[in-house]
Amino acid sequence: MRSRMHLALFGLVAAVISVQQVTAYTGSEYYLTQLTMSAYYSLVIVGLCLLMGYAGQISLGHAGFFAIGGYISAFLTTHDLSPLKDSGIVVFLSKARLLSQRTDLYGGQLLTVQPWAACIVAILATVVIAYIVGGPVLRLKGHYLAMATLGFGTIIYRIAIGTTALGAADGLSDVPPFRLLPFLEVSGEMSNRVQNYYIAWGLVILAVLFSLNIIHSRIGRALRSIHGAEDAANAMGINTARYKLNTFVLSAVFASVAGVFLTHYNGGIGPSEASIMKSVRYVAIVAVGGMANLWGALVMGTLLNFLSLRGYLGTYDDAVFGGILIIIMLFVPQGLLHVDVFRGLRGLVLRRQNEKET
Amino acid sequence: MNFDLFFQYIVAGITYGTIYAVVAIGFNIIYNATGIINFAQGEFVMLGGMTAVTLLRYLPLPAAVLAAMIITMLVGGLIEILFIRWLYKPSVLRMIIITIGLSILIRETALHIWGEGVKALPYFTGTSVSSIKLGGVFISPQVLWVVGISAVMVALLNVFFNYTITGRQMRACSVNREAARLCGINAKNMVTLSFMLSAAIGALGGCIVSPITYVQYDSGTPLAIKGFTVAILGGLGNSVAAVAAGLVLGILESFSIWVMPAAYKDVISISILLLILFVRPSGLFGSKEAANLKEF
Repeated sequence: MRSRMHLALFGLVAAVISVQQVTAYTGSEYYLTQLTMSAYYSLVIVGLCLLMGYAGQISLGHAGFFAIGGYISAFLTTHDLSPLKDSGIVVFLSKARLLSQRTDLYGGQLLTVQPWAACIVAILATVVIAYIVGGPVLRLKGHYLAMATLGFGTIIYRIAIGTTALGAADGLSDVPPFRLLPFLEVSGEMSNRVQNYYIAWGLVILAVLFSLNIIHSRIGRALRSIHGAEDAANAMGINTARYKLNTFVLSAVFASVAGVFLTHYNGGIGPSEASIMKSVRYVAIVAVGGMANLWGALVMGTLLNFLSLRGYLGTYDDAVFGGILIIIMLFVPQGLLHVDVFRGLRGLVLRRQNEKET
Repeated sequence: MNFDLFFQYIVAGITYGTIYAVVAIGFNIIYNATGIINFAQGEFVMLGGMTAVTLLRYLPLPAAVLAAMIITMLVGGLIEILFIRWLYKPSVLRMIIITIGLSILIRETALHIWGEGVKALPYFTGTSVSSIKLGGVFISPQVLWVVGISAVMVALLNVFFNYTITGRQMRACSVNREAARLCGINAKNMVTLSFMLSAAIGALGGCIVSPITYVQYDSGTPLAIKGFTVAILGGLGNSVAAVAAGLVLGILESFSIWVMPAAYKDVISISILLLILFVRPSGLFGSKEAANLKEF
């Protein structure tokens, strides 16, 4: 199990590197922009896959967590604190080196929160909100759970689109680059395209590694038992409520981190990122990949988001996702990549070996 | 606050509340027949309103509304036959995702047919400025149409479910599907019928409210969430309670403009939904024991 997992991860790393090499070789590096964005969306999908596929809980509000991350970091890194320069908190924050001074497009001086600090605040806020929302929501099942998460997503969307401080329908823009290390920064600069591609995919690889470790651990087995038969799992002494909640929070954090990074990469965020349609897309992609199939979700997430971002789906963008949802759920509810090609092949090989031995 | 303004808020609340109740009844009919929540319910409302606006070019208003109801009814029946009828014991998650997919497809189709524009039927009587004086307050005649037609519809539904053989067969299926089938009732046809009925009701709701609220390709989803809130508030499956719950939510929402900006109106009603789900999932009027028996 372990070795196969590492092999697959190695394959992912190899694929990421070779795609970049190919684009560099053929001079089609413009593809990297969409691939980078797809990577961040895939990060949301990996988290949602843990929640839906392994813990068996649907969430129609994950775009909400993405938006919470994105909006908090965008707001903190663009909101000018200079009018409050003399207030105690601002002085304290700048002493603690949490603030940065920069000039905006028009030459004015801005005093804003450091991206690092904003990122940490965004993640902490997500954790708190996810615990507060997840506690009661995850006690619900079936339609009630779906509607409650849909309701949560709608609330976030309404707040984003109705609050003037968050830019209302326009969203927030002019978000500064996020300097991870002195030589690494998340920004939409053309010259940074290659390094941003690697930052995004590095993050995805880390998330996948982390998730795989969870899936193959005691926690993963507990989650699968919840998915299979929650009452039985409870009877076996598994604290199902706690496992479900922690998975929910973890997937919310994945979404939030994706939101923070993509906002810095795009230089802004708009309310459409919080819309229900986005949440439904994430669910669609997890469903297509096969609910409990991290690799399937990752492949499908990258592919579909890439096609959508490149504009290949045209005005049928949303319709394609709706159609995919229906077709997959009608005909192959286990997901497209779950069709047992590999097991069939392995079965053949193994049988032959057995015959040889006997 | 003076009395007149207070009364106007009440009237606005009743108007919206009636529509929420109509959507909730649509949810309930399908839920009773199949045990699933049709996430595309709001799209039936949108479809009804849009179709009626288009048909109005060729037909007089009452005929256009009737034709829109029939067309939406056929769409509802077709959807059930194509996507739901032949599934063998689908899981709840599967049904949720299928109906969400359907709602997206209907919405996108509407976008390609009618575009992004906002449409509305004309006022059934008078114009947008005409009003009726009722005990010192002014009421738009359309409000009376909305409330009147909805009341007639609820009464007719009651007659249908209690006194006609088809209605009683549908109720039998919702109480005990197996037993109903043993009595010779075609349960599958009853499910198709429930989709047609709830599509027609949704379409009628969309027609009567469109002069006031307007209709657009994406106006279905918010209505569906409100309608679901009302259905839960009244206790899932209970249509009479849904009317009461609809009025409660409508009035609460219209008074919420007092304390919060209008942009947050939806936040109020959805917070109520979440609160009800957490505290009393059986609804305000439902019994706790009955809710525990439902398959969730």
